[in-house]
Amino acid sequence: MTPRVAIVGAGTIGSLLAGHLGTVCEVSVLTRRPEHARLLREHGLRVSGKHELVAEVFATSVADELPAFDVAIFACKALDLDESAARLAGRCPGATVMTVQNGLGAEEVVARHGPWPVISAVTFMSGIRHSDRHVEYELDTATWMGPWARTATPLAAVEELAALLIAAGLEAEAMPDLLPAQWSKLIFNSAVNTVAAVTELPHVALFAREDELTDLGHLVHGLILEGVAVAAAAGVALHDDPWEMNVLAVRRGETGHSDYAHVPSMLEDVRARRATEVDFITGALVREALRLGVPAPLNTALYRLVKAREAAWGARPVVVA
Amino acid sequence: MRVCVVGCGAIGSLFAARLATLPEVEVWAYDVGAEHVAAINADGLRLTGRADIVARLQARTDAAEIPPCEFGIVAVKAMFTEPAIAATASVFADGAVCSVQNGVGNEEVIAGHTPRVIRGTTFPAGHMVAPGVVEMDTTGETWIGPFEDRPASMAEVERLADALTRSGMPTQALGDARGAQWTKLIFNAASNPLGALTGLTHGRVCELAPMRALVSGLIAEGVAVAAALGITLDSDPEALIDHAARVAYDHRASMLQDVIARRRTEIDALNGGIARFGRERGVPTPLNEAIVALIGGVEHSWTSQPETR
Repeated sequence: MTPRVAIVGAGTIGSLLAGHLGTVCEVSVLTRRPEHARLLREHGLRVSGKHELVAEVFATSVADELPAFDVAIFACKALDLDESAARLAGRCPGATVMTVQNGLGAEEVVARHGPWPVISAVTFMSGIRHSDRHVEYELDTATWMGPWARTATPLAAVEELAALLIAAGLEAEAMPDLLPAQWSKLIFNSAVNTVAAVTELPHVALFAREDELTDLGHLVHGLILEGVAVAAAAGVALHDDPWEMNVLAVRRGETGHSDYAHVPSMLEDVRARRATEVDFITGALVREALRLGVPAPLNTALYRLVKAREAAWGARPVVVA
Repeated sequence: MRVCVVGCGAIGSLFAARLATLPEVEVWAYDVGAEHVAAINADGLRLTGRADIVARLQARTDAAEIPPCEFGIVAVKAMFTEPAIAATASVFADGAVCSVQNGVGNEEVIAGHTPRVIRGTTFPAGHMVAPGVVEMDTTGETWIGPFEDRPASMAEVERLADALTRSGMPTQALGDARGAQWTKLIFNAASNPLGALTGLTHGRVCELAPMRALVSGLIAEGVAVAAALGITLDSDPEALIDHAARVAYDHRASMLQDVIARRRTEIDALNGGIARFGRERGVPTPLNEAIVALIGGVEHSWTSQPETR
């Protein structure tokens, strides 16, 4: 029997998940704004780009109206996770939930609001949100998923959900231990997102250039090496070398479309003068470094600079779990 | 006494206009801005704000029209030192040339073209209001001394300091002017780019404890490099930072103004200078290098804006 899936948050990632899953199973979407839910109910959710489809979805902004679900995927920003998880407190205790937020700590936040087994995930797919009911599928890279050890989630549950994502046309991979992949992405994101947020440069080739002593690639590399040292001290053997991820991402961004480059989400936040997820990404890395006694001066400096930029436009202060 | 100011922007104009008030000093100015040069020749060079002077002097965009001078005062932005001094070298074939620019490394460039060089650091600041008009924003002292590698004589340094002081630009002649220069360098490198990268005024940078810690990290690297060079700072950069936070809370760093206007910054002469001298002496400067790379990234973002989405 195909599971009933609830998607919490219909930003770019939530919309990509809802649109694709809507073609293979029953999908409901919990939005923040009533208008957003109404548009999705009346017009469906359009996906363009790598795939072209329009999915029928049930959508509501009222948590109590959300139908029973077997799986809930929290696809909101890390900043909104606590509030979003609270909206589902007490619902469907037998369901499995999945977090796809950037950085570290999302699973703990969700677990505070329900007894659900938690699946950890990191996603590398990306998209462009054109409107409340139209998302463009940009990079069809994978979502990696694994059981969160603290809720003893069975691997079989992870594999089932991965199979469902694949059936829906997305790339997904279930792995017994997600920490190596999660940390690879954490280290990559910490470097690339903060540098983009401070310089307002999208992820261009300069991020991997190390020809001249002052080239930006040296800084990105330095940030990444600090993260790698923190991971090693935490006992995590990385799934991918984050520097290689950076080099490949820049190359992918430049092939086919010579002047195209991805805009990291933290730069999107900076451009929109929104609070960023830096506390969950670089902040999490710096806190781990402190806890483990590993020096991380460059990540600390970039963390401070991004927080100061937020202060410059008066972003709401973030309470970190 | 004949003096040529090379680069008659905000700082150069302060020096040129003040010196021109002395009857025994003949002042020339070299500048690439044709409109500015024409305005100076037609109506004089006018200082407003903390000064009120209209000075008569000769300005040129072509150095071949400038007679040989005993003294030069170089006030171009650091990245233009090389072309500016290369263009005016013949004016100073037997002259002493003094830098009053930001950062370090300018005297070395000047010494590549002229026989005798003076190391200088100046605190006054101003900004261009219109062609031929500069507003003086802050007053302050100037320190000059022989540049060690190709020194001007102490007598020349004292003569220039005396003329500047009498003209209303208080200037000290020092046997070793490195302490003053590195004190200002370290202060600037720890404050200027942080304003530029965050958009915060100096006072706000300092009241955010994590940012104030970053300021201290940058200062510590600069102090270590100065120590390795055998330079004794003439005051504590930490105290200068805190003093500036009180008296110039709302000040927007000049580099922030550059970034807002999308003008190339002087980062290479500031944090870049600390990093270069650090490498020479084997002193690590990772934070200053990070700042150089970040400002470089900001500058890059203006010139190469890919199709962003």
